Formats: sequence, structure tokens, C-alpha cells
Amino acid sequence: MIDATSLDLFELNRKIKSVKGRKIVINNVLGQRFIGSGVEDKKSIEIYGTPGNALGAYLNNCDITVYGNAQDAIGDTMNSGSITVYGNSGDATGYAMRGGLIMIKGSIGYRGGIHMKEYREHKPVITVGGCAGNFLGEYQAGGIILVLGIGSEDKVPIGHYCGTGMHGGVIYVRSRFRPKHFPPQVLVEECDEQDAKVIEKYVRLYAERFNADAERLINSEYYKLVPNAKNPYKQLYTNN
Amino acid sequence: MPINYIYPKYDVVRDSTRCIKCGACMRQCANEVHSYDDELDVMKSDSMDCVDCQRCVSICPTRALKIIPAENRLRPNGSWSQDDIYEIYRQAEGGGVLLSSMGTPKNYPIYWDKMLINASQVTNPSIDPLREPMETRVFLGKKPGKLEFDRKGKITTKLGPHLELNVPIMFSAMSYGSISKNAHESLARAAEELGTYYNTGEGGLHKDFYKYGKNTIVQVASGRFGVHEEYLNAGSAIEIKMGQGAKPGIGGHLPGAKIREEVSRTRMIPMGADAISPAPHHDIYSIEDLRQLVFSLKEATNYTKPVIVKIAAVHNVAAIASGIARSGADIIAIDGFRGGTGAAPTRTRDNVGIPIELALASVDQRLRDEGIRNDVSIVVGGSIRNSADIVKAVALGADAVYIASAALMALGCHQCHSCHLGKCNWGIATQRPDLVKRLNPEVGYKRLVNLVNAWNYEIKEILGGMGINSIEALKGNRLMLRGVGLADKELEILGIKHAGE
Repeated sequence: MIDATSLDLFELNRKIKSVKGRKIVINNVLGQRFIGSGVEDKKSIEIYGTPGNALGAYLNNCDITVYGNAQDAIGDTMNSGSITVYGNSGDATGYAMRGGLIMIKGSIGYRGGIHMKEYREHKPVITVGGCAGNFLGEYQAGGIILVLGIGSEDKVPIGHYCGTGMHGGVIYVRSRFRPKHFPPQVLVEECDEQDAKVIEKYVRLYAERFNADAERLINSEYYKLVPNAKNPYKQLYTNN
Repeated sequence: MPINYIYPKYDVVRDSTRCIKCGACMRQCANEVHSYDDELDVMKSDSMDCVDCQRCVSICPTRALKIIPAENRLRPNGSWSQDDIYEIYRQAEGGGVLLSSMGTPKNYPIYWDKMLINASQVTNPSIDPLREPMETRVFLGKKPGKLEFDRKGKITTKLGPHLELNVPIMFSAMSYGSISKNAHESLARAAEELGTYYNTGEGGLHKDFYKYGKNTIVQVASGRFGVHEEYLNAGSAIEIKMGQGAKPGIGGHLPGAKIREEVSRTRMIPMGADAISPAPHHDIYSIEDLRQLVFSLKEATNYTKPVIVKIAAVHNVAAIASGIARSGADIIAIDGFRGGTGAAPTRTRDNVGIPIELALASVDQRLRDEGIRNDVSIVVGGSIRNSADIVKAVALGADAVYIASAALMALGCHQCHSCHLGKCNWGIATQRPDLVKRLNPEVGYKRLVNLVNAWNYEIKEILGGMGINSIEALKGNRLMLRGVGLADKELEILGIKHAGE
């Protein structure tokens, strides 16, 4: 148990690293950055308050739970483990994450899941309960982004320019309306049975964690965004 | 429809009196220029796909081959060069961005060649490096404003993490993927033997090379390929790549075809998938954001490793460098516009950025003016061709230099500017196993060591000639330079006098 009151980020992070024990609870967090970055031996970190930017950067094998909102760039280049936020999170959520699970109870800002990628057993997942801002899944190269749009059922819960530069992975959007206006590299498709299984798995995890109505969420309409498979970037070049 | 015929750039000339039809040229050419005609019993060549890499010329046992510029030419035109016209034909046919490799071949001014170095005569004796100690060791990182000592003379000032270089030369970033594993191994082993560093580029670090970690700089770029905790901790420093001299302002794209098994494992992305590095870091929109990445990396490595921020030399480089110096970075690497690349849009490579000489001079001056020069070290790259360039760079204010094109030439690169085709006959810029094995790392690393040792000796000789016995004493010592044939403005930016003054 650490009280973060009046600790700056250096003091707090030093303390986190020096505390013995694999489970840490931090109270009164107020904007301190980089929590969970470079913590090799910790198993879980519970945070009460509002952690600062780059929470869980390069995270490995550690579960972080935030009872509050999170700021920008959480889970930057995260490798494994999980980040659960009982609130909203800011821009660039899960930037370039390669593995693990990020679950946000509420909404996320711009550029969520940007340049997410997957590799063998590593398959990153971001579940967003509310809406996602513009540029969701930009340059996405792998992994799964699931946007549930809870409380925004009257509109498509993703912003503009979603999937720009996308070349891998998948984005699932719970929406009654077919999402529109995508760059040519992105295809909007209906979900098949396989997709439904994936969606169900992560919706159940979400519902269990945040006490939501799983059945209602599962029995909704979902659309799937995937990259246009015909390797669209190659055509951009002429050898000189 | 027009006939879109582009005449080959080169002619393959074979001296039939020398050719013994051994077929070596045919086996060696990945571009399949040479062939054997069974019926006529002759070796033939079609130079359409020849890139003038000189592999066949070098390997031919009877010296029967030469590659010359094609004699056929379009009607000469002062406004439209043949290249201009052929590039239009290519784009009219392909409809894509023109793609090239290595540094720009255009004739831009090379300021290194317009600066001359001083020497001692009579009053200040020159020094013979064979006879007297001569220091070319360099420490890179933040320097404290003052040092404090305890009673026994031990330093009590807390020093930040530093890189220690035995020679003022490092190998700059080239990713595994853009160059071969054997090329990487050559660089890594050479860095170890020389007591300097090589740089992984944005391609991750191959498992076999973790053992060279002490001499490795690991790079973090916008794509974050192969970046994980173990990787960050594997090297001696971390470099954040913001830009590259050959292609300032744009990202990278390693085509899926080059991502074979080992590259895939090292980059931690699936085989055959495109590896796209976006142009910007999408979490960096300001110096404050850069500071955030710098410190997230420091936090992840417990403040044990210096952080380098690499930028391309662009118009406002001095102001940008000032921002970087205040971001918490320990070292700024500046890459000039003549620097090389594994692939870049031709127009960007040939038209974007500024010469490193001017960028370096203005950055060093700006940081001095603001009193923050000692907060960072400056490393420059992008067209360092020889030891004299290094001496001039140091005199303009650099702490050390990065070399890459020169290092590849030591490994056999013949500057055919075709890395992006992935068929490097010298085994450097390719992932094809049959080509990669042509580069023997055992030989390669020795050639790199030879080159750098030779340059280091030359640096000592030039230093000695100036009566200086430590490279530190030359740093920013612009009185040791004079310009030749430079205009007032150029002299002013370089901060040097004209020869004769």
C-alpha cells in the first residue's frame, strides 16, 4: 500500500519499484506518469485516483486496475498483462500494444489502438464500453478493438478517419447503423459466427468486470472493420 | 498508346576474347542479367535489369566484363535530363511514388569539401601520434555544470548514464530487415572490437545479438517494432527515432516480402505482413510529449541508460534541437539530407532537408547561446565519407559521428542505389538466404574494424598536426577551420573565417 499524496512521479515510481511484494495498492494518485513502466516483479497494481500519461508503458505480465479515469497513452507498447479502467481514458490508448488486454469501462479519446500489432501468441485486445474518438485503429496491424457504445445507441460510437492506414487486425463496433466513410484500405463487413464467438468472449469479460448486462450486449448488432486484403500499399510505389 | 520503352541505363560489355564461359556472372547476378546460350555456346547479357552493382565485374576471373553507362541516349536537352524524362515515363506507366535507396546522388554542395583544416607551424609545435599519447576517446551524455570532489579527490557529483567510445565513430541505425543478419553481425562484432556502438534501427534485436548488448544502441521508432522490456534493457542506450536524413518527415515501409521468419521473429510481427512505421510518433505532438517518451523509456530502464533523440536536419533544426536538449534527452543525433536509406521516395530523398554541416554549426551555436550545450552531446551523420569529414564535424561542434553508408561500403556495397529491390548481390540489403551468405561476417567485421582504425589513426595525425592531443580539445574549435569559395552567409552560419583571414 502506497500513499501517493505529494509524491512526484520519480518518487512514486521509485517507491513502487522498491516495495516488496507482488501486489501493490496506490491511493491518492494524481497525474503521476509512467506508473507500471519497468516493474518486472510486480503482479498487480491497483490505483485509486487519476494516474498520469503513459500508464503501463511497455507493460509485461502485470495487471493494473484504475479506480478512476486514466489519461493519455496508457499501455504504450504493452507486451502482456492487463489494464482495467473504471472510467474513461485519454488519447492514444494502447498505442502500438503487442499483447495483453485493455478494458475501459467508459470511452476513449483520439487515436485509440493506433498501430496495434499482433505476433504469434501475442494478440492485444482493447475493449471500450462507451465511444471511441477519431482515428481509432489508425495504422492497425493486428489485434482486436471492440467498441460497445453503451449509452450511445442512437449513433455509431466511433469517430472520423477510423482505420486510416489499417493493414491488419480487426475492429468490432456494436451499432445499429452501418458505419460509413472509410478510407479505401478499410472494409466494413457483417460479423460471422467466428466473430460472434470472439465478441461474446470479450463482452463477457467486460460485463463480468463492470457489472454490465452481458446478454443484452451480446444480442446486439455488430459490424466488423478489416483491412482490404489486397495489399494496398504496394501499389503506391514505382521503382526508380 | 505510347510505347513506354526505357532503354537500359547501363551496357554490359563482355570481352569475348577473355570470357571463358565459366558462368560465374550468371550465378552471381540476382537480377538475372547474364545467361548462357546452349546452342551458340556463348554467354549473353541483357542489361535491362542491371543496376550496376559491379558484382559480376568483381567476380569475373578473367576480367572480361565491364559495366558502362549506356551509349544510347535521348536527344540532349538542357531543361529535361534523361532521368527527368524516364521518371515521367515510369510514373505514367506505374502510377506510383518513385522509390529509391541510399543517399541522394544529386549534385548538392558538399560543405566538408569547402572547409580546410589548420596546422601548427613554428610557434605551436605539432605532435606525432606515434610518439606521444593522443586521445580520441569520447563520452556521450549529459555533462554536469561543475564537479565536486570529496577530500580524497573522488568525484561526488552524481553523473548521469554515459556512453564511452574509444573512437569518435559509431555505426548508425540500420534495421535487421532493411539489411541482412550477416551485415548486422558484422556491425555488432566490429563495434565490440572497436569499443564503440552499432544501432539496431527499428527492427528489433535478433536473439543471437543480445550478447553484443554492451555495444548496442536499441532504437525506438514510431512503429515500435520489436520493442519490449527485455529489448530496451539489452542495449547501452536507447535511441528515439524522430526522423531520418534521407527522408525527413516520412515514415518507413518494409514490404511483406522482406519479412521472412527471422525478421518476423525479431520485429515481432507476422511473416509476410507489411511493416509500416508511421511518419510521426502519434503520441508526440510537442516537446512536452517527447519528454514523456524520453522519461517513459528512462523509467522502463531505471535511469541506467542515456536516451538519444535522432532527428533529420531540417530548416528549423536549431530550435528543434534546443527543445530536445530540454526534453531530458542525453544525446541529440542529427542526420543530414545526404544520408542513406533502404528505401525512400525519390522526391523526398532528393529535395527534403538540409546539409548536415550547416545544421550542425547552427545547432551547436544555438545550444551554446542558450547555455545548454553541455546538457546534451551531439552526434552527426548523413554523409560522413572519411576521417577529414569527422575532424571538420568535431571542429564544428560534434561530439562524435555516425557512419552507415561508409560502413556498408566496407562490407562490399557498391552504391547501386537499389536496396529497395531486396536483391542485393553483395548480401547486405537483402533477406534472400543465397545472397545473404555471400557476406561473411567473419571477414565483414574485420573490414569494418580496419576502416575505423585507419580513420582513427588519420584523425590522430590531423589532430597532432594542429598541435592538439585530445579530440575533446577540438570540439567546437572553429578557429581550426577556414572556408574556401564560400559566400559570407555560408561562412556566418558555419561560424568560420575564410581562408586567408
